[in-house]
Amino acid sequence: MFGRLTEDALPLYSEIAMAGAAVTVGGGLFVLAVVLWTSSLLYLWRNWLTSVDHKRIGIMYVVVALVMLLRGFVDALMMRAQQAMAMNSGGYLPPEHFDQIFSSHGTIMILFMAMPFLTGLINFVMPLQIGARDVAFPRLNLISLYLTAAGAGLVLISLVIGKFSTAGWTGYPPFSETEFSPGVGVDYWIWALIVSGVGTTLTGINFITTIVKRRAPGMTWMRLPLFAWTALCASILIVFAFPALTVAGAMLALDRSAGFHFFTNDGGGNAMHFANVLWMWGHPEVYILILPAFGVFSEIVATFSSKRLFAYNSLVFATVVIALLAFTTWLHHFFTMGAGASVNTAFGITTMIIAVPTGVKVFDWLMTMYRGRIRYQTPMLWTVAFLVTFTIGGMSGVLLAVPAVDYTLHNTTFLVAHFHNMVIPGALFGFFAGYVY
Amino acid sequence: MGGWLRLGFGPLRPNFVVRATALVAVSIVLSSCSLAEAPLLHPSGPIAESQRNLLFEVFALMLIVVIPVFIMAIWFGWRYRASATQSAFDPDWERAPFLDGLIWALPAAIIVILGFMVWRSTHQLDPYRSLAAAGDSTQVQVITLEWKYVFLYPKEGIASVNELVFPADKPVQLVMTSDSAMTSLLIPALGGQVYAMAGMATRLNLLAFGPGEFLGRNALYNGDGFADQTFRVRAVTQAEFSDWIASAKQAPVLDAAAYKDLSQPGILRRPLQYSQFASGFFQSILDKYATPLKMQQTPRHP
Repeated sequence: MFGRLTEDALPLYSEIAMAGAAVTVGGGLFVLAVVLWTSSLLYLWRNWLTSVDHKRIGIMYVVVALVMLLRGFVDALMMRAQQAMAMNSGGYLPPEHFDQIFSSHGTIMILFMAMPFLTGLINFVMPLQIGARDVAFPRLNLISLYLTAAGAGLVLISLVIGKFSTAGWTGYPPFSETEFSPGVGVDYWIWALIVSGVGTTLTGINFITTIVKRRAPGMTWMRLPLFAWTALCASILIVFAFPALTVAGAMLALDRSAGFHFFTNDGGGNAMHFANVLWMWGHPEVYILILPAFGVFSEIVATFSSKRLFAYNSLVFATVVIALLAFTTWLHHFFTMGAGASVNTAFGITTMIIAVPTGVKVFDWLMTMYRGRIRYQTPMLWTVAFLVTFTIGGMSGVLLAVPAVDYTLHNTTFLVAHFHNMVIPGALFGFFAGYVY
Repeated sequence: MGGWLRLGFGPLRPNFVVRATALVAVSIVLSSCSLAEAPLLHPSGPIAESQRNLLFEVFALMLIVVIPVFIMAIWFGWRYRASATQSAFDPDWERAPFLDGLIWALPAAIIVILGFMVWRSTHQLDPYRSLAAAGDSTQVQVITLEWKYVFLYPKEGIASVNELVFPADKPVQLVMTSDSAMTSLLIPALGGQVYAMAGMATRLNLLAFGPGEFLGRNALYNGDGFADQTFRVRAVTQAEFSDWIASAKQAPVLDAAAYKDLSQPGILRRPLQYSQFASGFFQSILDKYATPLKMQQTPRHP
């Protein structure tokens, strides 16, 4: 009846994995019980789950993001606990379990926490800001939500049935090929990212159409609130970048399931191409995460400084420049793959150029605070914390952009620290600030 | 509004002083145990030293932007807080063309300088660049397996596993490939790193200041044994090197059976030596995965 699905798929290999599965199943059952207890199933179905209202869809996106944030955060705590305990000993996690946590933490935090969170915020706020009744394609919006939620669901199910990928969140072949990862984990990963990736692409199309076509009369481009500008630029990046992820995932799926040889060691495959295509998505992706948060900070810093935003034109221009340059830097993720010195130089420099518009934004926000009346409510506290922490992350980013420095720092905890220092203040702080605001 | 300010910056309570002291103490203790010995900051070879110096130079240049940001974030944030009603308040100030220009020009100027530094350093420190004429460096062929490193010495005709030994007075040239997943060879004290990939030969040139013992490792995640895929690096005197070669000559032969054993996934706790290997062994590993396209891509002679 279940085909190849046998009881071996249950997480009986480690007590900790069993506990994780139990919490996941228990959490799901608890939510179901509460819904049934309050007999709100019909209400939930009619007013939320089938609603095409952009505000409700936005809230549901944020709910998905918060659930996944919890999971990703537990992953992070478990990894840190393991690292602390495993000094000169085995620690409490077997390697195969640690590898799953390590892979799922990255996948969840980027694709199923940050992406739904920013989509939710844009969904809720952007149509209101530009004076539209809803997004351009409300039903498509709901479909996107379900695709994203389905991807997130797959990651959660992998805790209970089978194992998640152990190939890292980037899933580099040949390690992610069947030769080295024969289990179902990488397939879970591929399906989760393809399904949610399609949803995100549709969302991008939806937002672009909304901003271009549904602005209220008199809302000219240079009157567009900055959050709407960043939403537009992030959506354009989504539409151009996510197909690359879908293609990379689909090619890997063909390799694994249909005996193709795109990225395999043998049969004429070449793993370098996966890194290439993946980062064509991967680098714009970080700007997809960060730009909407920049929009949030722009709104907050003006509001809570009781001032007009300093140099609106400059900020808009910087946003557009970042969006364009986002596509010119992806090679810096593999300076160490044996590329020539001239190629590395070119991509090192394009990477550093992005620091200019980003730096401009930071200074513009500081100038907005200058001679203001700053009220330190929660959103503003997130913003100030962002300004300081993000600057440190940006500095480490420029250090890594120098290829000769990257040769020693690449793949080390310096790199890990760098992108956490970028994405946590640059995206997560922004989303929290926007949520509270 | 003012609540937060009173909460955080009220008169210093003894509690606060104790906590701050503890924090500083803890950070000193932690920093001493992690960074004081870090090979990145105390390199043992000219390549790693140039890389570290470059790191410091770029860091210093970046501080031109970073320090003002910190100062402004704290100063503006304090000076223009809502409760400071005597501070200037200029709600409609949103345009200052000169300041705007400066905000763009200053980071741009730094990036121009950095761009030149990148150009020069990337060519100078290209891992492919030979550090000596071909005869004057120790040639080592590297094959990465799950989760071990095999080092072949074609000239000396011996092989070792998880131990890289070379005379300290000459540069070492590594030609690398993989007979499993993608890996990355990094020796923090000497420099690095370059990926090793199946069917392709990549290069890494290194040099030590003098004799010493360092840690080398794989820096690219490749499965369960990743954390233990490390190897010992020893830069030795010419005499010690000859002794080491002589001892390897006594070791068993690296034949097909021995290599097959090594190829099984697993962690090796102690280095191994082998006295002989078939001629063209490295090429045969490359050929296992080679395609016409890869052959065209791989030889990049600087």
